[in-house]
Formats: sequence, C-alpha cells, structure tokens
Amino acid sequence: MAHVIGEPIDRIDGHAKVTGKAVYAADAKTQKLAFGAIATATIAYGEITSIDASEARRQPGVLMVMTHENAPEQAPWVPKAEDPFARPKPQLDSKKIQYFGQPVALVVAETFEAAREAAALIQITYLANKGAFDIEAPDREIKDPKTDVVGKPAASKIGDIDTAMRTAAVTVDSTYKTPYQNHNMMEPHASTAEWTGNMLTVRSAVQLVESAHQCIATTLKVPPDQVEVIAEFIGGGFGGKLPVYGDAILAALAARELKRPVKVVLTRQQMFHVTTHRGASIQRVRLAATQDGTLTGIAHESVAQTARADDFVEPIVAPTRSLYAAPNRLTAQQTVVLDLPIPGSMRAPGEAIGLLALEQAIDELAVKLDKDPIELRLKNEPKEDPEKHIPFSTRNLVACLQQGAERFGWNKRSAKPGANKQGQWLVGMGVAAAIRGNILRKAEAKVTMNSATSATVEMDMTDIGTGSYTIFAQIAAEILDIPLEGVTVKLGHSSYPITPGSGGSFGASSCGAALLDACKKLKARLDKHEGPQGLSAMGRVEPGDEYKKFAQFAYGAHFAEVGVDADTGEVRLRRMLGVFDAGRILNAKTARSQMIGGMIWGVSSALFENQEVDTRYGSFVNVDLANYHVPVHADVPAVEAIALKVFDEHANALGSKGVGELGICGAGAAVSNAIYNACGARVREYPITLDKVLPALG
Amino acid sequence: MPDKTLLTRRLLGTTALASAVAAKHLHAQPQVAATRPPAPGNIDVDLDVNGHTHKLSLDPRTTLLDAMRDHLGLTGTKKGCDHGQCGACTVLVNGVRLNSCLSLAASREGDKIVTIEGLAEGDKLHPMQAAFVKADAFQCGFCTPGQICSAVGMVSELQRGVPSSVALDFASKPTGSVEEVRERMSGNICRCAAYPNIVAAIIAASEGTPT
Amino acid sequence: MRAFTYERAKDVDAAVAAAQNPGARFIAGGTNLLDLMKVEVEKPAHLIDVSRLPLKDIVDAADGGLTIGAMVTNTDLAADKRVIERYPILTRAIVNGASAQLRNQASTGGNLLQRTRCPYFYDVSKPCNKRAPGSGCSALQGINRMNAVLGGSDACIAVHPSDMAVAMMALDARIETKGGAKGGRTLPIAELYRLPERTPERETNLEPGELITSVILPPAPPGRQTYRKVRDRASYAFALVSVAAILDIDDERKVRGARLALGGVGTVPWRARDAEQGMSGAVVGDKTFQAAGEVAVAGAQGHGGNDFKIPLARRTIARAFTDLTAKA
Repeated sequence: MAHVIGEPIDRIDGHAKVTGKAVYAADAKTQKLAFGAIATATIAYGEITSIDASEARRQPGVLMVMTHENAPEQAPWVPKAEDPFARPKPQLDSKKIQYFGQPVALVVAETFEAAREAAALIQITYLANKGAFDIEAPDREIKDPKTDVVGKPAASKIGDIDTAMRTAAVTVDSTYKTPYQNHNMMEPHASTAEWTGNMLTVRSAVQLVESAHQCIATTLKVPPDQVEVIAEFIGGGFGGKLPVYGDAILAALAARELKRPVKVVLTRQQMFHVTTHRGASIQRVRLAATQDGTLTGIAHESVAQTARADDFVEPIVAPTRSLYAAPNRLTAQQTVVLDLPIPGSMRAPGEAIGLLALEQAIDELAVKLDKDPIELRLKNEPKEDPEKHIPFSTRNLVACLQQGAERFGWNKRSAKPGANKQGQWLVGMGVAAAIRGNILRKAEAKVTMNSATSATVEMDMTDIGTGSYTIFAQIAAEILDIPLEGVTVKLGHSSYPITPGSGGSFGASSCGAALLDACKKLKARLDKHEGPQGLSAMGRVEPGDEYKKFAQFAYGAHFAEVGVDADTGEVRLRRMLGVFDAGRILNAKTARSQMIGGMIWGVSSALFENQEVDTRYGSFVNVDLANYHVPVHADVPAVEAIALKVFDEHANALGSKGVGELGICGAGAAVSNAIYNACGARVREYPITLDKVLPALG
Repeated sequence: MPDKTLLTRRLLGTTALASAVAAKHLHAQPQVAATRPPAPGNIDVDLDVNGHTHKLSLDPRTTLLDAMRDHLGLTGTKKGCDHGQCGACTVLVNGVRLNSCLSLAASREGDKIVTIEGLAEGDKLHPMQAAFVKADAFQCGFCTPGQICSAVGMVSELQRGVPSSVALDFASKPTGSVEEVRERMSGNICRCAAYPNIVAAIIAASEGTPT
Repeated sequence: MRAFTYERAKDVDAAVAAAQNPGARFIAGGTNLLDLMKVEVEKPAHLIDVSRLPLKDIVDAADGGLTIGAMVTNTDLAADKRVIERYPILTRAIVNGASAQLRNQASTGGNLLQRTRCPYFYDVSKPCNKRAPGSGCSALQGINRMNAVLGGSDACIAVHPSDMAVAMMALDARIETKGGAKGGRTLPIAELYRLPERTPERETNLEPGELITSVILPPAPPGRQTYRKVRDRASYAFALVSVAAILDIDDERKVRGARLALGGVGTVPWRARDAEQGMSGAVVGDKTFQAAGEVAVAGAQGHGGNDFKIPLARRTIARAFTDLTAKA
C-alpha cells in the first residue's frame, strides 16, 4: 500500500485557485442575476420610527426595496439551541435596532451600482435609546454565566488561591486587556440565491454547510429538502463564517419575491458590524510560587463582552485549567452585556486571548524568580490533567519547548532586557507555550469506486483554506490503494453526508476519521472481490469514552525574536519558530501552512489588531483594512513551524489532533515576552503599539 | 419572573433619555444634488481583456473590477475590500499592476488588461502560478489571483529598476532579495498569512525567469 | 456612489472648460476620489478624466530644477533617475507611501490633493465638519490616535495623509495650474494648503475648476536628504510621524542650512521653519537636533489618543538629523 497520508502533497485544488477558476459564493454565474445591497442602522440601540424608500424605489434599475415594513414572514429568532448556528436568523423582522450596523433594508437592482446608490438613498428616522457600550464603565452590567460557549463550567476552584498568594515566596498579580478583533478573512460574506420552482439553491460563504442548510430552511419556513446549500470554495473563515448572516437570508427572500437569482455581498466596512467579532476582555492572572519556581497557586479570571442581542461566553480561562500543575487553582469568567454587535468564535476562541495573558504572566514570574522561562515551564509540567485528574492522551509540551529552544538558539538569549543592541534595534527573544483543546465531532462520509483505480469522496465538509480537499484524497488513496489522481473529492454541498464542517479544528480529524472508516469498509469489500465499479460505503465517527477518560489537547512552543527601534519604539518581528504536537500530521505541507498562518495571527494580535469602539455612538470606528491593521508581507520575516512525530491513539483512528488553531495559541505572548526582553517594556494592554513601548525607552 | 437581562433592558428603556435621531446622512453640499442633471445613461466602453476586445454598455460608475466580474464573467479577480486596501483585485494594465477596484472601466478604454485568467497558456500554467502551487503559497485562495498578478507585475518592476523603501541606496539596481519582495508585495494582504510561502514561490519563479 | 456623467478630456483647455459644469470634478488616478465616492463622501455629478492628458513628462528646468507633469504616476516620479540623484528625499517619501499598485496608479497632482483618512470623515453617519460643515468634529473627543497634533482647530484635527507632499514641502515645490478665475497661476506648495480653522471643508486654495498641471522643483538645496516614516506596520500604513529632513553642514560641522517637514502630525503637510532657523549655525549633535525637535512641536496639541505623537515626532526628528550626519 502506497504511503500517502501525511505526505507533503500539493493541494489538489491548487490549480483551480491559481487560475481563478475556483468558484466562490460571489462568483456564481447565472442568468438574469440581480444585485442586492444592504442598508444598515446608524444608531446602536433603539427603534426605527419611519422609513422613506420612495427615492430609492424611483432609481432606474431598482427592482425592490425590502424593509421591516414589507419583509416576508420568517421564523422568529430563539436565544438557545443545541446548534446555535442552525437557529433561525430572521432579517428585517422588526423595527428594533440592537446594534449599530444592523441590516435595516435590502435593495435589489439590475446592477450593483444602482443597488448600492439606492441603498444609500433610503431615509430612515430612529428613536435612539441610551445603550451600554463601554466594557469598563463603572455601571456596567456584569453577568456570571454558568457555562461557556462549549458548555463547560464557566468557573472552577481547587484549594485556596488567596492563601497560596498570601503565603507564597514570589507572586504575580497582573491584569491584561485584549481588544475587539475582527476575522477579516479576505472574502467578504456573500450569497447567491436562486429558486427553481419551490427548490432553493444558495451558494454561500459558510463554514458549516448543514447548520446553514437548517438555518436557511427554518428561517424561510421551507422544508429542508427544498433547500440546497453550496460552499465549494470559501475565502477564509476563522470562525467568522460559522453563522449565517443577512446576505444569505436576504438573497433567498428577495430571489423568491423577484423570481430571479439574487446576489448579496457585504461590504468590507459592513463586515465589522454585521458579522461577529472577538469580544474585548480584561483578564487578571495570579501566580504563586516557591523560590525554586514551583507553582503553588494559579488563578485566571476574565471579563469579556457579550451582546444584549445574543449571548456568547468565550472560554478564555480554559487553557489555564490544564497547562500547569499547581495545588491551588481558580478560574472564572464573567461577561459584560453591551449593546454592541454580537461577539463570536474567532480562531481559537478562548486560548487565543487567554494565553496572551497567562503566558505573559508566566514570563513575569520567570523575571521575578530570575529563572529561565523555559525551565520555569518544565518545572510545572503536570503529570495528569490538574483539574480533571485524568491522564493526558498525549502531551509533548516538554519536547516542543526543548527542541524549539535548541533549534532557535535560545541559549544565545540574555535574560537582561536591553542587553542586545544591534544598531538602532534593541533585540529580544521570547517564548510561550501553546495548548488547544482537541475536539472530535460526529461525522459521516461516503466513498464510491468509479473504477478499479478511481473513487469519489462525498462530505458536506468545507475547505476554508485548511487543505480538506487534499487530505481526504490522501486518506482515500492510501486506504483504497489507488493513485491520488484517481480520487475525486466533493465537498461543500448539503446533499452530501453530514459532517460538523470547519470549525474548532475538529474538521480534519472528524471528517478524516469518518472517511477512514468508509474507506476501510469499502476496501474490505473490494478485497472480497466485490465491485469495484459503483461500489460504495458510508463511514462514521463520533466521540466516545476516550474524550472522557483522557484530557485531549494539542501543544506547542513559540519562539520569537523582535527588534524594537530604540528611538521610535517600532516593534518588528525578526524571526519566529513554532514546534508543535498536533498528533499525526495528515499533510506535512498544508499543516505547516496552517501552523505558520496561526502563528502570524498570534503576532498580529500582539502587535496590530484593534477594532476600536466609539462609546458615544456604540460603533466600531476603524472599519476598513486601511485602519484595522492585519500583517502585510513586510511584517512577516522568516517564520518556521515544525511538527513532532506523534500519533494520538485516543484522539481518533487517524491519530491526528486539530492543527488549524494551534498556531495562534500563545504566539502573541511569545512576541510580548520578546518585547520585554528587548527593551524592558512590559505592556499588558494589547496590541503592543509603539505608543505603549515609548515610555519604557527613556 | 423576568431574568436579569430583561429587567435591565426594561430599566434602560424607561430611564434613558430617548431622543429622536434623524438618520439623514451628514453629507456635504446638498446644492450639488439639486443641480444634478437627469440620471445619465449607460456609456459604450471597449475593454481589451486577455487579448479580447469586449464591447460593453456600462453604467459610468462601473469599476474595471466590476466590469470584469459582472459583465465579462471573469470572476477570477476578487473583490476583497473595494477600496485599494487589500490588493485582491490586482490586475495588469499595460503590464503594470493596479487595483482594478479603484479604476473606472471607462478610463481603461484603450489599455491592455491581463487578469489571472489570461496568465496561463492553455493548460500550461504561468511559472508564477506553478510556483504558487508547489510552495503552497495560499490557503483559502481568495487573495491568490491578486497575489499572482501582483507578483508578475513586481518582477517586471524589479527588472525596470523601480525603487522600493527597503533600498538603502536608490542608485544601485534593486536585487530581488527576500526583503525587497516582502516590501514590494505588501499591497497584497493574505489573511491566511501564507506570506512565507508566497515569498518563496515568487523567488523560485523569478529565479526561473530570465532577467 | 451617486450617478455621474463621464468624459475623457482631449486636452488641458477642454478639461478646464468642462470643469464649468456644475458638480464637475477632475479624476486622474482615482485612487482616493473613487474610494470616497463609494462611501458617499464625494458625490460629483460629472467626472472629467484627465488621466490621459499630455502631462506625463518630467522635464529639466534651466535653473537645474525639474518640472513634473501632474499626471506622472507616483512610481514613475520615484523611479526617475534625476529625482533619485537630486531629490532622494522625494523618492524615499513616495516609496514609503501606499502600495506599489496604488503608486502605479496615483498621479502627482492627485497625491497632493488627497483627502484625510480620518475614519469619521469616511463614516457619513457621524458628525464631521470637513464633510458636513457645522455638524461637529467627532475626532476631538473620540478615537483620535491617527489625528493631527499640529495645525488643528476646534473644528477639525484631521491629518493630511500624503508622504510625497511632505517631501515637496521640504523642497519648496511650486504648483502650476490652469483654469479657475485667474486662468492659471504658479503658487508655492505652502500656499496650496489651508489650515482647517473654521472652514475645514476647504483644504486648498485652488478655485473650483482649477487644475494642477505640473509641480516645479527648484534646484535641490545643498546637503543630505532623508525621509523617515514611522508607522504601525512595516509597510502599507499611514504615518504616525514622518520626517523629511535636509541638512547642510560646513567643515566645522556647523549647520549651514536645514530643512524640516513633518507628516502624520499636521492638518496640512507641515513645514517646521522655526526649527530650521533655530538650527542655523549650531554645531550638529544630539543637543542641536533635540532642540530642533522641541521647537518643531512647540505648538503641538494632543487630544488623548494622539498625545504620543508629540514625543514621537521629537525623537524622530532628532534621529533623522542624526542619520544625516552619520558617515556615508
């Protein structure tokens, strides 16, 4: 049997992507396509008192103006559901305004230009109420949720942290702030909807095809078997395309009314308000340690934004429950209810910002103890999950730290800040650990032999840039013992077997394991000389006891070197290395890309990203890519990622763990720790822009 | 018994100073609108894209990007921001890379435009396209057509000696170092952050290109 | 974007004549005008495309200066051998601005006339005196990290975003125009820009229908030139502070002549003449350069979020002059 799984195979969808032939949601070619443009609310909290769309309707080429006054009936929104992304998402269903930028009208016209202008011509008056927009306001409304977004307890307590802090030789008690952030994937949210008789087809940029399928069907009160959702190519998701938004629902409603296909695309500016974002947080970390660096207490408490319009509890303190040993422990998370747009999952929800705080606090402790931060981490390596008291499935954090230190040349680092000046640059190194919960979800896959050497794989899974198409082809080729070129992978269609989709780094393992099961079943029948042509098998996977018996995480260690300009405080990344334990790697090339991409996201959260709120208006201010900074080429020097050879037998039959979010976890803290090492600036409010570094430069 | 959230909401609703806000947008110079001529009609625009001349009747507002995507079916070029802030819409105009979202189609009449669809020769990929596949220089692929067109334009700028900000001395010809490539490609954002691989692909492709 | 009629001007006279149409605007590269039209900040009724006018040459002037056609792209200007040789400050400023794509498209005249990137100016739901006179300034008490600390008023603190114009301020460029009430004129670049005062909507002294046809660079002043831009990202970001500095020193290392212009801090491209004069005759070194920085920002006014720009400007000024005295 040819060894294909894990090999650094070029993406099988690469040709389509480099030739412009890959069809994204806004690329659908269809006859008589009409163009929709959304108008959005210019107040944050209140209600519409009047709408005058007469001028908009008079514009040449305008086909319809839909507002809450004439929108078709839809299923009502519900606050809770087992699958929150499958909930009805009614649009223009009331005069109520719950956040700035909420869609208040849809214009459909013969051309994009006419629709855009007409949307701007709609005159709306509002009654504005006083909303709450400031996460730090003295009179803020704080909630104590029982559980976080994934249903885990919001708080935990073991031993007595207060006594541990009082009696410890050395302590750290620091508060960190992380800002609002936006996914800003390159592809704006887009949908093209078309009705053929009573059958609705929606091409939409969504990560979860089945959730979108149910959401659209229920919202429109149409039987699910009359709705198909297609998402063959998605221009990035990062969690921002887990939900369905107004583009899909409004396109579907308008297409039904007009009896012709309608395309609706959010503008880049609209994405900042209409879609979810990562909520801001304030995090307090307390560490208690003996003089030799043994942690006696660890506490992590967070306060983060939730929206009045929909609740979201980001599991910010989750990584702190499993990363280090300590007898006295406390974690807690609260939310502040604001009338801002709705927060949601963004790449590694929880770990991404929780580790910005925890892993900087560990560095602060190392400085206080005058101890190497790697040694400090090794000293507090737990033998079992410190809160659940169950074994880890696999845990190679120590190897990640040690191998990374060796490769990066950590021994060249001076512990003293400001000791390494190279010309104008103060140069420093930082390290941080990565941990990310490993998740398996129920999934199904179908594989069919087309001939003795070719097969077709079908799943409603999506490839949001993660490499799904390619790794599934590798699995099928290896197990069925056929050439890679003989495998056709069909994804992103609601008629295919149901998978959890792309999110939470569970896609590759869940879908891959289901496909492995299908292929093994099919191979057994082929070996009995059935088929081959037309022979097919279904495979399944669902999480079993292994997820209760073992604490499952992926791990990593980040090493960053930065330069800080001694005069201006400009921070520039010079090089970076990540060493990861993500279980078995399914494609060395695409996994490396995922890990590097995640690391750069971490750098971005440390240095750049900040969606600023104007608390007078309740709106985000820097709502475009000129003012909301993500890294550009020049910000990214040599970044390398290495995966350890690991097989996690408890994770799934493939032995793989999630890799898509691992890279961001802790990466930003390695950068902030490197900044401290470079120049002595300990900045606890992200992003670390030069204005926060300057005061330390003297 | 109402929960805390609902209760607070009601309190806010009754105690807040409710004020009527006219959503009249705060625009300058309404008198311009008053003297505006009747809505103009379409104009004829001949666009030369990928070696074919297309006769189009367009709303004058149509950008080059929208003309290609909505009127010519050339959807390989992407709209990432529509404001020249991301580079996804980069095409080659007379061999020079531009943001097609910030150009009116009408003002490109008479120019030769090449898009991602026009780079390959039949089934044979342009060396830059092939290098992108090999180096895994993309993930989601949405910025990729713009990155590739930009890279092709950048190589030609290097050959012409166009300076960049990383040069310490503008008098000597730029080298095409990794630092040069990173700076020169900075107008093309990749949120998947495939940057290291994109730079590797460009250097591999340009080393294969005779200079 | 509002509907407009479009014409491509045959020549400069035709362009200027067409500008008599109500609501008419010139469009060259379009990189800023279309950007603003898409968000309904600019709403011209008629566009006169001047991008093909024969104003694309850079010509040697008899006095050793250069005359730059208004339609010369930013890239072509930065890459011109004479500019690189005589005005490296200009090349350095241009290649530090925007992206390669935008520089390939943007014109010299258009770059000078680009409008502020203040996010409140771009958001038509918010008060902004520059966009909607009399509505108020949202930046003064709002998110103003990017806003101006020099030249502001209680009506507006929007920063001028150009890098190129800052270098041209240091070079004492002159602007040639056609059209307008006077039919054309030449004016120093310092007289092109207006401080916001009570009328932030009027950014330049150009008259309606007046077209920039060329920019004249006088012979380069003696001394070394540099342009240092400080920004959040390593590229493709607007300046927090930028410094255009020219320094001529004598054999005793005393300042014979200095020029200093600032970007990212002023409501207009900012020339710091007081600082220049203060340096005259002083021995070069930290003390002189730090003093220049102090003088340059003496009248600066922070508004909370942008307070850091004042010390940052001071430090960057000192640094830029220090770099100019380094051994070549």
